[in-house]
Amino acid sequence: MTSHEAAPGKERMSRDFLAAVIARRFPKGWLVNLGVGMPTMVGGYVHPDQEIVFTSENGVIGYAGIASGADIDHDTVNAGVQFVTLQAGAAIVHHADSFALIRRGMNDVTVLGSYEVAQDGSFANWRTSKGEWDNLGGIGGAMDLAACAQQVWIMMEHTTRENGPRLLEHCTLPVTAPDGVTMVFTDLGVFSVRDGRFTLEEHAPGWTPDEIAALTGAPLEVSPTVTEVQFPT
Amino acid sequence: MARPIICSSMAEAVAGIPDGIQLLVPGFGPGTPANLLTALYDAGVKDMHVYANSVGLPQGASDGRKTLNDLIAARRVRKVTAAFTAPTHPSQASVPADMIRAGAMEAELVPQGTLAERVRAGGAGIPAFFTPAGVGTLTAQGKEHREFNGRMYVMEHAIFADYAFIRAWKADTLGNLIYRRSARNFNPIFAMGAAHTIVEVEEPIVPAGELDPDQIHTPGVVIERLVQIPADGYFREVPR
Repeated sequence: MTSHEAAPGKERMSRDFLAAVIARRFPKGWLVNLGVGMPTMVGGYVHPDQEIVFTSENGVIGYAGIASGADIDHDTVNAGVQFVTLQAGAAIVHHADSFALIRRGMNDVTVLGSYEVAQDGSFANWRTSKGEWDNLGGIGGAMDLAACAQQVWIMMEHTTRENGPRLLEHCTLPVTAPDGVTMVFTDLGVFSVRDGRFTLEEHAPGWTPDEIAALTGAPLEVSPTVTEVQFPT
Repeated sequence: MARPIICSSMAEAVAGIPDGIQLLVPGFGPGTPANLLTALYDAGVKDMHVYANSVGLPQGASDGRKTLNDLIAARRVRKVTAAFTAPTHPSQASVPADMIRAGAMEAELVPQGTLAERVRAGGAGIPAFFTPAGVGTLTAQGKEHREFNGRMYVMEHAIFADYAFIRAWKADTLGNLIYRRSARNFNPIFAMGAAHTIVEVEEPIVPAGELDPDQIHTPGVVIERLVQIPADGYFREVPR
């Protein structure tokens, strides 16, 4: 069953829409780490007045955005090994210093993609198989970031391709961290994760809280101030 | 402490490396010692334990360079320690992952910051340390845990390898090194973390005294061999 069959005529928020929603939520001056994949899109939507500093696990402190054409420098990449440009005043450190900054909690937030997130704030984003521990997977810097950033925000699709839930009571995949997620941004809404439960804070345009709850694999509280997600201006 | 030997070819730079070594391979896209890896491939060294950020990169670059994945596919690597031993999604094919799954190669999967710090510690004379990364996950299973100030940490052991291959931007004849931009990544750490450190250099190696001492990232005292990347060598990482 596809999502269209599940909710005929209902459009979900696009990745760009979601990236903009996340980007404009950063308070002024935050030090932000963006995970590989979907979260890298967030960097394109911050406003200069926010004075956000983007850091990358490979030691780039202060990259400006994805580079193209003549701006490409072959030695300047982000954690996704995408060519990036540097902000004025950028600094570059080696990997151990980069993770020293991460471990001491310098990052106000890390925005990571995920396959699953649970109501206890745990999430799973480094392997898709559930079998015995065989040392196979792609952790990268996610465990260091998840354990040490001040906040962990998850940017993900609300459901699997088969329309199964990704927001769950318990993760079924091996976790990246056993707790720490504070916000989840999906193509259906914005959710806070607090005191062991998900709360719907904002719903996608055209979607009701009940419709979203039906596609969520854990109890979903609805904020008394729930609103429709607004595209940031 | 002997002065570093300046080698005249990549083959000379890797000459005499025995089978069975532990080898540090830096690189995060840029900063990969592609020329030394290619020479090592040609030299036939085998039974290695390789430490690197990732073994998930595509093999068989079209320009002839050999990558870690080529060494693995040729069954020259007995074990890998890495932050990426497999693609996160099963739809992406990976020869190393298939070999690990089949038991043809051993693997140790570690958080990236833990990999960096284990080698940093090894090169700094620190035998082990405690980190919060990985606590409550499979990577911390079976390891010693300890609480400090109300928070749980896992003990991770230092790595000090036999050999490190390094990619530098500039060097002088005493082996003092400067890296460029994010090509730095693991290079300065890995340069300190091995008994024998061999460096490939992009820019012409300059006489000692020509580099500003304040700008040096890696002191030459830890370098054993230096080699200039030849004009027809591999200068740029293959773009993804």
